[in-house]
Amino acid sequence: MAPTFTHEFNHSAFKGKVEVPVGLYINGEWSTSTDSNAKTIDVYNPTTGEVLTSIPEGMPSDVDRAVEAAHKAFNTTWGLNTPGFKRGEYLIKVAELMERDLDILASLEALDNGKTFSAAKAFDVTESARVFRYYGGWADKIHGKVIETTKAKLGYTLHEPVGVCGQIIPWNFPLYMFSWKIAPALATGCAVVMKPSELTPLTALYMTKLFDEAGIPAGVINIVVGYGHTVGASLAAHPAIDKVAFTGSTAVGRKVMEEASKSNIKKVSLELGGKGSNIIFADADFEEAVKYAAQGIFFNHGQTCCAGSRIYVERSIYDKFTEAFKKTTANLKVGDPFAESTYQGPQVSQTQYDRIMNYVECGKQEGATVITGGKRHGKTGYFIEPTIFGDVTANMKIVREEIFGPVVVMSPFDTEEEVLAAANDSVYGLASAVFTTNISRATRVSQALKAGTVWINCYNELHPQIPFGGFKQSGLGRECGEYALENYTEVKSVHINISGKCGLPA
Amino acid sequence: MPTHATIDVPSLGKIEVPTGLFINNEWVESSDKKTFSTVNPATGKPFLDFAHATKEDVDTAVKSSRKAFKTTWGNNVPATERAALLSKFADLMERDAAKLGALESLNSGKGVRIARDFDVGDSVACLRYYAGLADKSHGQTINHFGTEKFVYTLHQPIGVCGQIIPWNYPLMMWAWKVGPALAAGCTVVMKPSELTPLTALVMCDLAKEAGFPAGVINTIPGLGATTGDAISRHMDIDKVAFTGSVATGRRISIAAAESNLKKVTLELGGKSPSLIFDSANVEEAAAWVAMGIWFNSGQDCTASSRVYVQEGIYDKFIAALKVNAEKCAIGQPSDESTSFGPLISESQRDKVLAYIQSGREEGANVVTGGKKWDKSEGGYWVEPTILAETHIGMKVVQEEIFGPVIVASKFSSEEEAVELANNTSFGLAASIFTNDARQQTRVSAAIDAGTIWCNQYGILHPSVPFGGFKQSGIGRELGTYGLEAYQQVKAVHQNLTQTM
Repeated sequence: MAPTFTHEFNHSAFKGKVEVPVGLYINGEWSTSTDSNAKTIDVYNPTTGEVLTSIPEGMPSDVDRAVEAAHKAFNTTWGLNTPGFKRGEYLIKVAELMERDLDILASLEALDNGKTFSAAKAFDVTESARVFRYYGGWADKIHGKVIETTKAKLGYTLHEPVGVCGQIIPWNFPLYMFSWKIAPALATGCAVVMKPSELTPLTALYMTKLFDEAGIPAGVINIVVGYGHTVGASLAAHPAIDKVAFTGSTAVGRKVMEEASKSNIKKVSLELGGKGSNIIFADADFEEAVKYAAQGIFFNHGQTCCAGSRIYVERSIYDKFTEAFKKTTANLKVGDPFAESTYQGPQVSQTQYDRIMNYVECGKQEGATVITGGKRHGKTGYFIEPTIFGDVTANMKIVREEIFGPVVVMSPFDTEEEVLAAANDSVYGLASAVFTTNISRATRVSQALKAGTVWINCYNELHPQIPFGGFKQSGLGRECGEYALENYTEVKSVHINISGKCGLPA
Repeated sequence: MPTHATIDVPSLGKIEVPTGLFINNEWVESSDKKTFSTVNPATGKPFLDFAHATKEDVDTAVKSSRKAFKTTWGNNVPATERAALLSKFADLMERDAAKLGALESLNSGKGVRIARDFDVGDSVACLRYYAGLADKSHGQTINHFGTEKFVYTLHQPIGVCGQIIPWNYPLMMWAWKVGPALAAGCTVVMKPSELTPLTALVMCDLAKEAGFPAGVINTIPGLGATTGDAISRHMDIDKVAFTGSVATGRRISIAAAESNLKKVTLELGGKSPSLIFDSANVEEAAAWVAMGIWFNSGQDCTASSRVYVQEGIYDKFIAALKVNAEKCAIGQPSDESTSFGPLISESQRDKVLAYIQSGREEGANVVTGGKKWDKSEGGYWVEPTILAETHIGMKVVQEEIFGPVIVASKFSSEEEAVELANNTSFGLAASIFTNDARQQTRVSAAIDAGTIWCNQYGILHPSVPFGGFKQSGIGRELGTYGLEAYQQVKAVHQNLTQTM
């Protein structure tokens, strides 16, 4: 009998008891590990630092079970055995259930991850449901091509589902990343074995209830919570998994790709780190640029791969900008994720907290100036003050490395060429932004930036319809939009000989 | 209430239905308060009177749709919002399936089970398909000009669209038109058939309930020569979409050209051939072809109204087809077991009988049917009919009968079959029955028709395009192609460094 986690929520927007099945969800059922060495995993509340619950640990043997269930489903009740419109109906049903349980999911996400309830509701859960809905609409619109041929021959392509896909997601947007992975995979007809982050498993586990309620056939979606070095490694190296999709750090992404190629050369897509450059020209709408600069780094407590963590401001407005940015940042409220006025909650874990504070110290030691912040906030939980560093140089650690916290570095620039060189001087290439009212400059600069997303006069805009992904070491492949379907599709070419004769010499 | 009436519906009892014009999310009478009457095809008795939209009403509707297009619809609303509304619309239609099926059956003569499970069911699926497509229509970025310029295309909605639909599938033809138009961001001025306006009007209440802004869908019943003509000629309608006869399609096309050169798409008639080759499974082929000609009592633009059978299996096939003809579940529309109802009107019925008579006179052999159903009483049933030993010169072979009459003859070679199939001014659909894969591929490519069914007949899907070659039409409905019919492409050239 698999355990459940029950929590009583009592905050201004939602009061009620929520039950989350926390077993391993394999073949439509919840269970504990078949491995006798399996322990439990403690799930922490980052607001208090306390343990919320302990959940069953998944192991490689459970991955094996899940892969088997996924293959069975793929070959019988899913894959090309189910028409596209039917797959679409399931996905849309899931979206409807998520919308019904909006407050529950948002509360769980805020509790587990530390992001504010209001952000979880307005963004994470709402957008995740939209992603399911969006891909529900794709399921019966996945077209191959008929390639013009002669009377002697007809050639066409089929876009077939890849098969069983391993998916490994991070803790910064647990439910949102979950939707980016599962929705397009199911739309194309793939079956999935998903490892949510062991730091933030609750919303993924709650979703298993909704999948069950929606009637998705057993084995199509399997959820195994476990550690990266056990479950994650097993997914990357599994000989019977056809494709692995990973979102997380560049370091781990590298390992995933290595394991994938060493084993069965399974297809790989990666969404990795970033060091987003936010470029603000003197002719920008000043007030909007200041606001976006703050949102760009402090949204989700800086725990965003596309965060605008390097800000470049044209020299003529630099001082004025710094003042305004500092003031705006000081107005952001740090505190309880469930309080309505809070903008920034705690970082997700002690480890992350330590890592970020280490970078802050590093910055101070390397000679950068703390314009604001730079300290812990409060005495419990993993809260860090929103932090701005100035007087930085290009080779400082805090400028080159991804901090993944509410810490931003600022520099002035003089020319467009100079700032483009600085922005592109990174191993990363995930996202960047340009603030200017000059349309030609905006177009020119966006074409010159080596980044998978360029925001013009905005930041952190994500839509289910618009692709997202990295240049350089920020990743391989694109998620969202029609492009995400390619991750879960194999192209088969079919040549039909109508009247051709074999050219073998007699 | 002159915009509504109360009727007694089998299985539902007394319900109130709209009979007025639906303009700007309001029910109104026509500007001169005139109405037109309709008939129940199962009894021949009067059904309901509906408001007859005048030229002024068309104007009012267009103004309302234009305003919506400029303010609350079109490019003013993100595609995801259009998608969400269409999805809600589909949900409401599904909720009211029993009511819509019953009303469709009463007005059109279809069997009530067929109306509910197929007509309503397929209409819901069509709306859902376009709800899913609305935010997935992508322009192109054409970015190979280096530093000189940046170019991209926008797929913009055409604007205010007049839509004129027929009586054979009132609700489904409505969904095929409204779904893609709304998904693309167009607003609609809809004229349902003057024989079957009821379900299109009932859908207007659901449109309002779903939350479509006023003016997005305006529905104005009326006659073709008056209301339809006013739509085709209107100087502020950007596009007209029509499904119906070739004759009317031609008139609409001329009116469109004479007025403001509005865009035109047409779904017209057909005389679709089925080719049955020696290797075919005769029993299966006969069953499919039977469904193809007798579904909806033959009142289908894609009806399999000609069948050419390879001589070796001709007699066997005709015998099998006859068995299927006599198995048709002819009956009252209100009977759940009925799948073959009356023809829509007295004049249609008489037209079909006249064709059968002409067939006899030109030497065809009436294998089965050929007359009114003996339990018709006041209604307009004609029995499932097979005319055999026909030849290409006969009227019944050349002209669209639009009733439950199939004409059959033999062929000997594949070349002859293809030539017979293509010897028509129509080109809507065709089917091939064969177990020879190369023959199937070869012949599919050789027949001039917009839809070719191989070893089946008549099955359509919202995701698969549909439309005619030759005089069967212009443009395609359904699939992603169906969305393109409501879009226009704008190319935007952004100069970066080019100087004069």
